Amino acid sequence: MDLIGKKKFDFIKNRRIVYIISAVIILIGLISIIFQGFNLGIDFAGGTLIQIRFDKSVSTTEVRNVLSEFNLSQSTIQNLSENEFVIRTEKINSEKRKGILSAFRENLTDLEILRVETVGPVIGENLKKLAIYALLFAFIGIVLYITMRFEFKFSIISILALSHDCLIVLGIFSLLQKEITISVIAAVLTIVGYSLNNTIVILDRLRENIKFKTREPFENLINMSINQSLSRTINTALTTVIPVLALYFFGGNILSDFALALFLGMVAGTYSSIFIASPLLLEWNKIFKIRQKGIRITGKKGKK
Amino acid sequence: MNWTKTLRLASVFVVIFIAIILSFPLNEKINLGLDLQGGSHVILECVDTPNAPVDNDAVNRVLEIIRNRIDQLGVSEPVIQRQGTNRILVQLPGVEDPEAAVELIGKTALLEFKSEEGETQLTGAHLINAKSSFDQFSRSIVLIEFDKIGAKEFGEATKKSVGKVLAITLDGKEISAPVVQEPILDGKAQITGKFTVDSAKHLALLLRSGALPVKVEILENRSIGPTLGRDSISKGIKAGIVGLILILLFMLIYYKGFGLIADFALVVCMVLIVGALAGLKATLTLPGIAGMILTIGMAVDANILIFERIKEELRLEKTFRASIDAGFNKAFRTIFDANVTTLIAALALFYFGSGPIKGFAVTLSVGILASMFTAIVVTKIVLEVVATKFSSRALL
Repeated sequence: MDLIGKKKFDFIKNRRIVYIISAVIILIGLISIIFQGFNLGIDFAGGTLIQIRFDKSVSTTEVRNVLSEFNLSQSTIQNLSENEFVIRTEKINSEKRKGILSAFRENLTDLEILRVETVGPVIGENLKKLAIYALLFAFIGIVLYITMRFEFKFSIISILALSHDCLIVLGIFSLLQKEITISVIAAVLTIVGYSLNNTIVILDRLRENIKFKTREPFENLINMSINQSLSRTINTALTTVIPVLALYFFGGNILSDFALALFLGMVAGTYSSIFIASPLLLEWNKIFKIRQKGIRITGKKGKK
Repeated sequence: MNWTKTLRLASVFVVIFIAIILSFPLNEKINLGLDLQGGSHVILECVDTPNAPVDNDAVNRVLEIIRNRIDQLGVSEPVIQRQGTNRILVQLPGVEDPEAAVELIGKTALLEFKSEEGETQLTGAHLINAKSSFDQFSRSIVLIEFDKIGAKEFGEATKKSVGKVLAITLDGKEISAPVVQEPILDGKAQITGKFTVDSAKHLALLLRSGALPVKVEILENRSIGPTLGRDSISKGIKAGIVGLILILLFMLIYYKGFGLIADFALVVCMVLIVGALAGLKATLTLPGIAGMILTIGMAVDANILIFERIKEELRLEKTFRASIDAGFNKAFRTIFDANVTTLIAALALFYFGSGPIKGFAVTLSVGILASMFTAIVVTKIVLEVVATKFSSRALL
C-alpha cells in the first residue's frame, strides 16, 4: 500500500502563497499576544487553584455566587463535568479557602477536594525566568548541533522553522486565551526538539541528493527531496499525533492543554518542514546569489 | 544463521530479560510522584519580622521543628530540604489530607497566656509535654506540662490572675479564656476549647514540637488528593493503551509484515522504558506518563524511516538483504540527528523544570534512547532473521 509514494507535488512553485498563509497566521497570533497577551496560569501569574468534585451536579452560576460572597467574583471557573470544577482565584490564604469550601458545603452540597495549588508571586516570577532560560537553552543547543552536523545556513533555516512553529502554538493559545501553565511550556519545548525531526529528514535527503545529482537545478532537488520523504513525513506525523490525541481525549484535564499544545506544534512542525523549511533554502541561495546548480549548496564539499 | 547474528539476537533477549527483571513487580519498582499518589509539595520561606529577624540559626531551627512535626504526623518518606538561604522545600507523599498537613507544618504555633489586660504572662517555650485527651464530659482537651522554670512562671501567672481570666492564645488567636480558680503550682494544665478530636491532636502535636522562631510563609503549595492521583493514573493508562493500540494497528495495516516487526520493536521499546525507569529509580509523574505516551509515537518514527528507505532500495531492484543494509545505513544518521535535537530539548526541560516536568524530561529522554536502540538493533536483527526465511514481497 503506497498512498503518496509515487505522486510528485511541486512545493516550490506555490511557495509564496504558503509564506503568506504562514505570515498571516503568525501575524494574527502576534497581534493577539501584543494586545490581549497570554492567559498565564497560576504557575506564572501566582494565585490559587482549587479543583473540587461536588456530590451532586452544580451549576457554574451557583459556584460563582458563592465566590462573590468572598469578593472573588472575578475568578475563572471551569466545569470539567456537571459536578467537577476547577476554580482559579487570586492568591488566597488557607483560612479564606476553608471559608469558601465550607460555604460551598453549606449552600450547595458536600464535596471532595481533588487538588489545591497556591503559587506566590515570587515563585511565579522565578518560574517565568526558568521557562525563558529553558527555551533559550534549547534553541541555542539545537542551533549549535545543527551547525555542527550540517552547516550554518541550515541552522538559520531551522531557527526560522522553530520560531514559526512556536509562534503558531503560542499565538493560538493567546487567541483562544488558553491557560499557559508549566506543562504548556514543556510542550513547547518538546516541539522545539521534535519539530526539527521532520526538517532534518528532508534536509538530510537534500544533502544526499546534492551530492549525487549535481546536474539538477536546486529547485528540482528540493522538490525531489520533499517528495521522496513525503510518505515518511506524513506517516510519522500521524503516528506521533495519534498518541497525542489519545492523551487529549482520555488523559484528563490536567494534561489536556499540554496535549493541545503538542498537537498544534506537531501540525505546525510537519507543515513547516514540508512547506517552509526547504523552500526557504532556495530563498537563502537567491539572496546570497549562490549559483542555482546544486554543486554549490554543500559549501565544503562543493569547492573542488 | 551465523555466529555473530546468533550472538546479537541473544544479547537483545538478554536486554529485554534484564528490563523485565528490573521492573517486576511493577507497583514496587516504580516510584509514583506526588501528583500520582497524592500528597503535597510545599515551599516555605522564613521571613523577617521586626521582633524576629531571620538568621542561619533560625532557619535551622525551623527546619528541625518542621521535621519533628512531620515525623509525628507519620508521613513515610517525606522530603525536607533547605533551599538557598531561607527557603525550605517539603514534600509529603501519600498524605490523606494534604491541606491539613500543610497547615500544620507552616503554623508558627506560638502559645501565649495573656492576662485580662492583654499582657503576655508566659509562652509555650517551657513546655515539656502536650497531649490530647478528654475531660469528664468527654470533650476533647489538650493537657500540657511545663518544666521547672515554666511551672514557676505559670504559678506566678495564675497567682496574679485568681478570679480573673487568663486567656490562652495560639498565634495571637484566642483558643479559650478560662477564669483562674486557684493558683496552679505543679506546672500541669488543661486547655479546653472548641476542639474536635483531630484539632486537639494537632494542637498537642504543634505544642510538643515547639513554636517556630521566625515567621514562615507558604510561597508555593501544590496538594493533590489521593482520588485525583488515582484518577490521573487510570486516565494516563487509558490514554496510553488507546494510543498504543491505534499505533500498532496503523503500522500493521500500512506496513503489513514490516509493521508487525515495528510493532514488536515498539512493545520491546515500552518494556525497556519501564525497565530503565525502574532501574534508575526514577519517579513517575503524570507528565512522565505523557512522555511515555509521546514516545509511543516517536518510537515507530525511526522504524518508518528505515522501512521507507528499504522500500526505496527495493525499488532499485536490489536484493532484500542488500536493501536492508543500505536502508539501515542511510537511515541511521538521520535517526540519530533527529533524535539528538529532541534530547537537547529534554535536557533543557530537566535542568530548568520543577518536579513533575523533570519526570517528563526523564521519560522522554529514556524513551528516545530506548526507541533508537530498538530501531537500530532490535528491528535490524529481526529483519535480518526474517530475510533469511521470507522474500521482501511477503512483508510488503
